[in-house]
Amino acid sequence: MRSSAATWPRRVLWHALALALLGLIMYPLVWVAGASATPTNDIVGNTQLLPARPVADNFARAMEGMAGISVWRFLYNSLLLAVLTVAGTVASSALAAYAFARLRFRGRNAMFVLMIGTLLMPFHAVIIPQYIIFQQLGLVDTYVPLLLGKFLATEAFFVFLMVQFMRQLPRELDQAARIDGCGYWGIFWHVIAPLSRPAFGTAAIFAFIWSWNDLFAPLIYLNTPEKFPIPLALRMYADQTSTSDFGAMIAMSVIALVPVVLFFLAFQRLLVQGMATTGLKG
Amino acid sequence: MVRTAQGTPSSHSSGDPAAPPAAPTPAKRARRLRRGREGAAGYAFLSPWILGFLGLTLGPMLASLYLSFTDYNLFTAPSWVGLDNYRRLFGDDQWLQSIRVTAAYVVLAVPLKLALALAVAMLLASPHRGQGLYRSAFYAPSLLGASVSVALVWRALFSDDAVVDRILRSVGIETGGWVGNPDFALLLLVLLAVWQFGAPMVIFLAGLKQVPNQYYEAAEVDGAGWWHRFRNITLPMISPVLFFNLLLETVNSFQVFTASFVISGGTGGPAGSTLIYTLYLYQQGFTHYQMGYASAMAWMLILGAGLVVAALFRMSRTMVFYSGDEGR
Repeated sequence: MRSSAATWPRRVLWHALALALLGLIMYPLVWVAGASATPTNDIVGNTQLLPARPVADNFARAMEGMAGISVWRFLYNSLLLAVLTVAGTVASSALAAYAFARLRFRGRNAMFVLMIGTLLMPFHAVIIPQYIIFQQLGLVDTYVPLLLGKFLATEAFFVFLMVQFMRQLPRELDQAARIDGCGYWGIFWHVIAPLSRPAFGTAAIFAFIWSWNDLFAPLIYLNTPEKFPIPLALRMYADQTSTSDFGAMIAMSVIALVPVVLFFLAFQRLLVQGMATTGLKG
Repeated sequence: MVRTAQGTPSSHSSGDPAAPPAAPTPAKRARRLRRGREGAAGYAFLSPWILGFLGLTLGPMLASLYLSFTDYNLFTAPSWVGLDNYRRLFGDDQWLQSIRVTAAYVVLAVPLKLALALAVAMLLASPHRGQGLYRSAFYAPSLLGASVSVALVWRALFSDDAVVDRILRSVGIETGGWVGNPDFALLLLVLLAVWQFGAPMVIFLAGLKQVPNQYYEAAEVDGAGWWHRFRNITLPMISPVLFFNLLLETVNSFQVFTASFVISGGTGGPAGSTLIYTLYLYQQGFTHYQMGYASAMAWMLILGAGLVVAALFRMSRTMVFYSGDEGR
């Protein structure tokens, strides 16, 4: 923070601290990577990080999946859900955010407060009646309950993130577009949306990862194993095999983590910046 | 965020106050017409959100309020039982246990996570090589931590006589197990939460960057020590960010589910020591199909979380310092 050049003992101390912390934080991830390539019988209690002789058969058994369903099927389900979630979330949140950030209308502030209220309300508080509604409509064991809310901007975090971003775009742009004959849709589509791409990108990545990791909604809504996304499949697999085939379970955990890790590596800059903007500029 | 909720420009003149009956000038009429169109556009853009809010949040909330006064198992019509569900809650040892577990979890996990986040953010705030790399690496667990995979990894690392046990034993610490030990099982979940300190850390970092350097320089000239600088400059200057993090992390930690569900195999054990509120709600609603009872639990959760949030806002009035030039 201070501009004065740090003396070298200080610099060494800084790096030592940061590295020690890095080792501690990364330990579980490195461990699981190593364990996934270790024969089942050697995994438990193995404090050694990297296996002496890495093996691939944990992965081979994990890929077989369970109940005759291959892991590819679960990965496909997860991907489908995540892609649709991203599309719905970004589209519906962008529309809502534009209204909150740029338009004036009766009741806007009250609705904005309600929106923030849903941000603070525990999601589980509405899950029982939501389940009953979907059950009455015969939509349990379909993807509709998992996706409908995503297309209706119910995830207030994303609306909030986009509102924060759109508010700081200069107002003159709207005026200029209006003079050019744009209506509100035109302003949104030609001016605000293109400029908000960074916010959309951040929202898309978060929406993808959260959807990919989500267990709760699939757990209560899905019954047929063919429809399971990977977290639910993994949980079922863990229940069935935790003692018998530990290695395959660990391998499947790694398989489930890989897309998130790749996403993170590809987009970490955008994610970290997006996270920082939500907290500030309020 | 607090300021966003209230701090929107007050130029929000939706209803023209007391428009005179005299013939409006064309300019005025045009403005009013535009305002009417702007209003229509506003509702149109907001319609998905409004639908979602009414259909998936407000409607269900009211429905669950009604259901909380009924006995309902999904298959026969709900029958009115008055306050029975609520009365039953206060005699339900498991429910009381779930409140104790959740309270302990929130009280331990949130401060520990935020303290670590702030400490590391301060460490990373000073310019050093590799700073960005560390920041990203420390942030990664926040994205992975909620997954089933990581919960399983945690269970594997902390199970009896597994990695953590052995490492601790080699330095002479005996805990008597983690996953299977009622005294330590919750701590395991707390550690998993603390491991995800990266998200609040990133927000702290952004806040620390906005503290003007002159303040520290002036304090240094005055001979203020490390602690004084932290206590009298850093802490007040980042208090809005601190409050934001505190609020977000508290609300989030009321909602953890996956970790306790996966690590305890859905039971909340051993001996109810990881029976987080949401897990008990899940058990009542979706394994016993006690929808009325679970609705009463959901409403107690809304009330409880609401009280905590209100208390935090109240506290923020005295604790949060907004410097004049910082606002929009």
